[in-house]
Amino acid sequence: MVDRSAIGRSFEPTFASVEPGRLRFFLQTIGEENPAIIEDGTPKTIPPTYLFCLEMMDAPDPFVFLKELDIDLGRVLHGDQSFEYHAPVGIGDRLTYRSRVGDVFDKKGGALTFVIQSTEVENQRGEKVASMRRTIVVRNGEGTQ
Amino acid sequence: MSGIASAEIGAQVLSRTFPAITRHRLALYCGASGDHNPIHVDIDFAKASGFPDVFAHGMLAMAWLGQAITDAVSPERLRSFSARFVAITQLGAELTCTGTLAEVTERNGERVAFLELRAVDQNGDVKLAGEAVVAI
Repeated sequence: MVDRSAIGRSFEPTFASVEPGRLRFFLQTIGEENPAIIEDGTPKTIPPTYLFCLEMMDAPDPFVFLKELDIDLGRVLHGDQSFEYHAPVGIGDRLTYRSRVGDVFDKKGGALTFVIQSTEVENQRGEKVASMRRTIVVRNGEGTQ
Repeated sequence: MSGIASAEIGAQVLSRTFPAITRHRLALYCGASGDHNPIHVDIDFAKASGFPDVFAHGMLAMAWLGQAITDAVSPERLRSFSARFVAITQLGAELTCTGTLAEVTERNGERVAFLELRAVDQNGDVKLAGEAVVAI
């Protein structure tokens, strides 16, 4: 079970490529037809939440963050998510993700543990393209909530 | 963009309703997003985890919220985007994503608008509450 000793812990970087084919699949899945994003089946840029997806997509294990913190996948909920965009991401870019544990705290008398993950994303030229933050909510109680 | 730049504070500047969420959509999203958590696609796993059924990825709803933004704002003008997953989005939910103009100010040498965002299902239940900052 995760506790406050995890605060500040950082993880091996993960890498991701912005590939047009699977980006098209994502855009089709969410029904995106905006010509500023996809035109004639060719993606022109990534949609606002795709940086979150890319981190999981190319990781050897998409849930390594949870596993290393000994968090059970069936007990997690996504509490919140934020993106700050520093520079545009182009098709074909190769991105590096560096994550660390920003904070860990309990709520509801320990029934829930909140884990804040902060991630910096950099492109192949070493430019900072985005900062992401997510809150993972761990349900610690037994059985049906 | 002119829509937001000329809107009054409190005005609704974006709104879009998305199709009801199906199991098929969740399966596609699982593959397309790289989020393979079985809780969204495998009812046995969901039940074993204490849920009555699978439920939507919060990030699917956030992707739709983002789509509502980029329908109104050129994607390169988005400076930040955040959402809180207020409640689980169930199968069958038909989400309407809206944004209202909360504030216009200067930041980092440019004029920006703060948009207050909501994703609400067909029963009026808020699923996501968020904020975006866009350059105008």
